Amino acid sequence: MDRKVVFKQRLLPYLLLAPQLLITIVFFFWPAGQAVWFAFLRQDAFGIRTTFVGFENFAELLADPLYLETIRNTAVFCIGVTAIALSVALLLAVLADRQIRGAGGYRILLIWPYAIAPAVAAVLWIFLFHPQIGLIGRALNGAGIAWDYKLNGDQAMLMVILASAWKQVSYNFIFFLAGLQSIPKSVLEAAAIDGARSVRRFWTITFPLLSPTTFFLLVVNLVYAFFDTFGVIDALTKGGPAKATETLIYRAYVDGRVNLDLGMSSAQSVVLMLVVILLTAIQFRFIERRVHY
Amino acid sequence: MSTTEATQGLALPAEAAPPRRAGGSDRVAHAILLLGVVLFALPLWIVLMGSTHDAATIGRGEVPLLPGGHAVENYTAAWQRGGAGVPGGRMLWNSTVMALSIALGKIAISIISAYAVVFFRFPFRKAAFWSIFITLMLPVEVRIFPTFKVVSDLGMVNTYAGLIIPVIASATATLLFRQFFMTIPDEFVEAAKMDGAGPLRFFWDVVLPLSRTNMAALFVILFVYGWNQYLWPLLVATSADVETVVIGMVKMIGSEANTEWNIVMATCVLALLPPVAVVILMQRWFVKGLTETEK
Repeated sequence: MDRKVVFKQRLLPYLLLAPQLLITIVFFFWPAGQAVWFAFLRQDAFGIRTTFVGFENFAELLADPLYLETIRNTAVFCIGVTAIALSVALLLAVLADRQIRGAGGYRILLIWPYAIAPAVAAVLWIFLFHPQIGLIGRALNGAGIAWDYKLNGDQAMLMVILASAWKQVSYNFIFFLAGLQSIPKSVLEAAAIDGARSVRRFWTITFPLLSPTTFFLLVVNLVYAFFDTFGVIDALTKGGPAKATETLIYRAYVDGRVNLDLGMSSAQSVVLMLVVILLTAIQFRFIERRVHY
Repeated sequence: MSTTEATQGLALPAEAAPPRRAGGSDRVAHAILLLGVVLFALPLWIVLMGSTHDAATIGRGEVPLLPGGHAVENYTAAWQRGGAGVPGGRMLWNSTVMALSIALGKIAISIISAYAVVFFRFPFRKAAFWSIFITLMLPVEVRIFPTFKVVSDLGMVNTYAGLIIPVIASATATLLFRQFFMTIPDEFVEAAKMDGAGPLRFFWDVVLPLSRTNMAALFVILFVYGWNQYLWPLLVATSADVETVVIGMVKMIGSEANTEWNIVMATCVLALLPPVAVVILMQRWFVKGLTETEK
């Protein structure tokens, strides 16, 4: 798709593109290229000699039981966040959509968590679930349930999932509400006349018509859980206890920052790049086709 | 939104809804919605109330649900003294500079590159467009350390430039403007040419005013994105001069034993107020921006 009428200047378009392209090359392509290159290198213990080791870093990574454990954590975390954030948002959006007068009001009452930084969301949740000073954390301990997300790995995982999902619900809510409001009324009325009850109407008509929105949100939520929740984990658990909440991003950060292992950290970067490329490709493929039944 | 440049947003028809008939279970629906609203607001409420009590009350674990009498001193302490050695006022200033520069910078850089790609024909046009597009697949999280090394080689560690410039390119904003520019009628360009207006004049007098709504929508989304940055500032801004409020607040809870929780709560409120205010005040553009643009 190109415009028919354009300007003839030769130099100007390059000048207009220069800032964006310069930043893209210096801060995106060059570092990404280096990450790929470093992934095939290994430094000796003193950082003096660097040797090309081929796929050895990758082999070592995939043979590391801790890395496999991190992959499992990441899967649990991403699926948990996505499932909770999507289902709560869909429920609220369906209910708000019925109150046509109230929909706008509920929207404003539910969208503000979108503006909260993941790390700030984590701090808010500390005040709910901290075993000594948190409202619910204290109540749980008072009721005889040993609650301490700093000691118990499963509880820590639950905490980071809930805090991350809490923040994402409002984003999903906005999209579900917009999607619901664009479904033609006549379709639903026809079904009502045919005698379909409201629950049945939802699953046979509304939900399928909502599928493009749902699918889009599924990918966005997975990307969010994968990449944007670093702040939640860093503020709440720092990947602990005993690496129970260490995700792939967190591990790449720890290996590069704390352990200063450039080769291994780069190999992880390459793995992560493959994940983004996969997710982006899936998304654009389906956006083009606009999944619709 | 996200620190990831990738895959946010897509065009959705968001036109006004047809009125729908209210069912009999309206009350139940309202009750569940209100419960949702309360559950979502609860953590915010606790922090808001906690920030008006003294450290001992919170340390005892009383979790006050009503306001106390220490609001002024807590917020003063957070603003002047802060935690981890950086005054809250300083951190808020840093966050403001970072968020505004990122939002306005991304909009400026993207709108001119989209203009170049749409309104001109030149060699390597497609290549330029695709190389911008492909950065969607390279969020900062997957190239953290090499990017840090580039920034440190350029001497930009612990500067505003280091915080801002490496994240100021935006594939999504460029895609949005490009999409919008395609819809500007050819007649506008022809008329401008006939009047003897050059490309810069056409940009300034026609394209820029037409793009106002898109810019407002992008501004909300990008301001929130900029303010909420975490991983990148954590690496590149380690000195007190450039510490942002989100990072500073998390650092305050680092040493559990002697955390002044009331000051943390006050700082937390200061950290979340600006982006929440921008989203609520600009709600109309924000919803449009989310559902009609990408990121």
